[in-house]
Formats: sequence, structure tokens, C-alpha cells
Amino acid sequence: MSPFFQELFDALNRGLIMSIALIVPSAAGGLLTGIITGCLRVFGDPFLRNVCNAYAALFRGTPLVVQLFILYFGFPNMGIYLTPYAAAVTGFILCSGAYQSEYVRGALLSIKRNQYLGAQALGLSKFQSVFWIIIPQAMRKALPGCGNEIIYLIKYSSLAYIVTVMELTGEGKTLATEYFRFTEVFAVIGLYYLALVSLAILILKKMEKAVHIPGFGKG
Amino acid sequence: MTRQDTILRVENITKSFNGNPILRGVDLTLRKGEIKILVGPSGGGKSTFLQCLNCLISPDSGQFWLEERPVDIFSKKELYRYRQQVGMIFQDFNLFDHLTAMDNVTLALRKVKKMDKKAALARAIVELSQVGLEDKTRLYPAELSGGQKQRVAIARALAMDPKVLLLDEPTSALDPDLTGEVIDVIRNLAKKGMTMVMATHQISLIRTLADEILFMEAGVVVEKGSPKTLLVPGTRSQGFCDKLNSLSGEGI
Repeated sequence: MSPFFQELFDALNRGLIMSIALIVPSAAGGLLTGIITGCLRVFGDPFLRNVCNAYAALFRGTPLVVQLFILYFGFPNMGIYLTPYAAAVTGFILCSGAYQSEYVRGALLSIKRNQYLGAQALGLSKFQSVFWIIIPQAMRKALPGCGNEIIYLIKYSSLAYIVTVMELTGEGKTLATEYFRFTEVFAVIGLYYLALVSLAILILKKMEKAVHIPGFGKG
Repeated sequence: MTRQDTILRVENITKSFNGNPILRGVDLTLRKGEIKILVGPSGGGKSTFLQCLNCLISPDSGQFWLEERPVDIFSKKELYRYRQQVGMIFQDFNLFDHLTAMDNVTLALRKVKKMDKKAALARAIVELSQVGLEDKTRLYPAELSGGQKQRVAIARALAMDPKVLLLDEPTSALDPDLTGEVIDVIRNLAKKGMTMVMATHQISLIRTLADEILFMEAGVVVEKGSPKTLLVPGTRSQGFCDKLNSLSGEGI
């Protein structure tokens, strides 16, 4: 292999590890945030519902780049210093969580009310009815949408590079500038992302299969 | 019968939706082993009344006594305990779609009655066998017929040892050829002395099971009495049942 490609793969593999270190906690944190805020937006008391609605409106309504700039460049003005990595992960979790909450909310609303009545009639409390009956079904229905959001996240994790996290895109950009070989470098970066997304799709399919129940989706 | 035999008593239940009165003061006294059947035209308030009886719809006013002890339906704790003792069977079964027949029955036993897993399973098998579904325990609701679903729902309600069972048109969502299996289960319950309040259009059930028929129209009970006294020419109930008869072709 030519020295250029040797250097390219070294850099991209380094970047890949950083990308994965960004994506995994952001996906998990975003999903958890989305489940909690999604549930509160449907079943919470009016105050919590409004707070969570406002959160979703704010983070879905502003560009992620702006959110990252505020976290990394703006917060120090208020005396809060985040490392580039912490700023990126925080931004990704908040943004992803807002979108996830929308998928979760839709799924919760799709569960017919009569099952809730069935649970109430047996003496289950409101919390028990939601926790044992509504949420397990809603999560199955939300899974394809939530998976879609995780796939988006894999790609928008490249924005971490603008707050100076040296992940896949950042490493590649540096090298491309140095050698002035943009086409090769970005084509290879694209393939890296494609591989990551394909892996995620595979895992999500396996998860869907694992929690499949007759009567939900196909089969 | 003595007063001690009274299991459930409600007085002056009223309910309006958006200013439209649906129930205008309904009373009910239910003795142990008694079966009361609600009949009447749609929109007469039968279903609303049944759902008010265990507060799935909370009534605008009304007093409740269970075994002559007043029930405070505004106390959540008391309400949850009350509902455990007043079982409900719905028109659309209301099974939990993500749980097997077995888990549909065990869920409330474990989460509400706090039984351990083994005891709950044993109880569920007994109840599912009673309704003839011992070989279907591992199937999900989507894999069961309508009649089987309703029988699971009955097993689920009975596992809680309710003192009263409310049935809201238990056979009306079923194909005609599946009503028989559910009717048989209900007849068996009656034979064992289960106290029931049921809304139904099944003439055969009304005729043979009812200790008392309550004819509801426009949110009030307009006629009540035993089938013998009520199902005679000239009463509203008889007129209504005649109409059902000519529709279903079922002999009365």
C-alpha cells in the first residue's frame, strides 16, 4: 500500500474509534431521554408535560450545529467548561432525545385505550397500567422509528468535528487538506459510515426479531 | 334474604358528557348470587352505568357500598382495592395484546395481589381450564378466536376472586357461531352462584338467567322485575325483546 493510503487508514481507524465512542453513549442516552420525555409528554401531569413539550420543540426546532456551538463556545461565557467530547455527547443526547420522544409519543398514543381500561378494571394503578401494559407494547411499535433516529445519529455524529473532536470526519478532513486528495479521502469516509450504518441496521433487525410478538407488525 | 346478603349497593349514580345527561340517577342493590340483566336500546346508558359501577368512568355523583361498607371512590387506594373485588368483562375483551393467555391472567395476580410466580401460574391454569383453554395458555391474543379471547378475559377476571362480575355485552362482538362457547361459560358461572350484572341482547340469557331485568332508557331504569313479570305482553321490556327476537329469529 502507498504511504498515503497507509496514513489514511491509520487516521480513519483512529477516527472510527472516536466516532464509536461518540455514537454509543449518545444513542443509549438519547433513547433513554426519549423514552422518559415521550412518556411524560403523554402521561405526565400538565407541568411536566409542558416542560417536556418545550424541550422537544426547542431541540427539534434549532439546528444541531447551533446547539453544539452554544454548548462548546457559549457555555464558557457562563463559566461552564465542557471538553469537546462532553459537549458533543451532551448535544447529541439532547437532540436525539427530542426526536426519539416524538417516536415514543406516537407509539404510546397508538395503543388502544381499552387495554388501559382492562388493566384498571383489575385494580392496577395508573402507573402500573402504563408501565406493564402500555409501554411494553409501545416500545415494540416505536422500535423502527427509534432505529431510524439512531441511524441519523451515526451520520450527524460527524458534526462533532466542528467542536474539534477528532472523529472520522475530522481525521479525514485533516488528511485530505494535507494531501489535497479530497475525492479519495471522502469516498473512503463515506464507506466507513456506510459500514457503521449497515452494522446498526443488522443489530436493529435482530432486536426487532428478538422482541417480536404475534399480532405486532408482520407475522 | 337478610341485609347482610347485600354485596353491592349504589345509589343515585349520575353522569353527563359535555352537558348531555347519560345517567340520571340510577340505583342498584345486588345480593349474593343474584343476577341482574340490563336491557334497553343503545344509548340508554347500560354501558356507561356498568363502567360507572367500577369507576372506569367516574360518576358525577353517587354513593357506593361494598358489603355494606361505604366506598370512597375518590381515594385511589380504596378505588384500586374496590376494583379488585368487582370484576369486569368488556365487549371487546380488552386483553393485553403483548402477553400470552397465561400472562394475561397472571399479571394482575402478581402485580396487584403480589402472588409469587409459581402460585400465580397455578391459579391461572385452574382458571383457564375452567373456561376450557388449558391447551391455549401459551398463545397470544392475535392467535385466538373471538370466543377464546373472551374466555381468557373471563378467566382473567375470575382469578382475582371478584365478589361481583360486571359483563358489558360479552357476546356482541362475536360471530354468531362463537357466542355459544361464551354463553356456556357464563351459564356455568351462574350455576356456581357468581353474582353478576350484565348488559346483553341475548334473549336466551335474559330469559333463563335473570333474577331481575332492568330496562334502561334515556339514563333511567324505566321498568324492572323478574322475567316472569316483565316479559309479558304490554311491557316495554317485552316489546323490546320481541324486536330482538324478530331480528335474531331466536325463540323466547
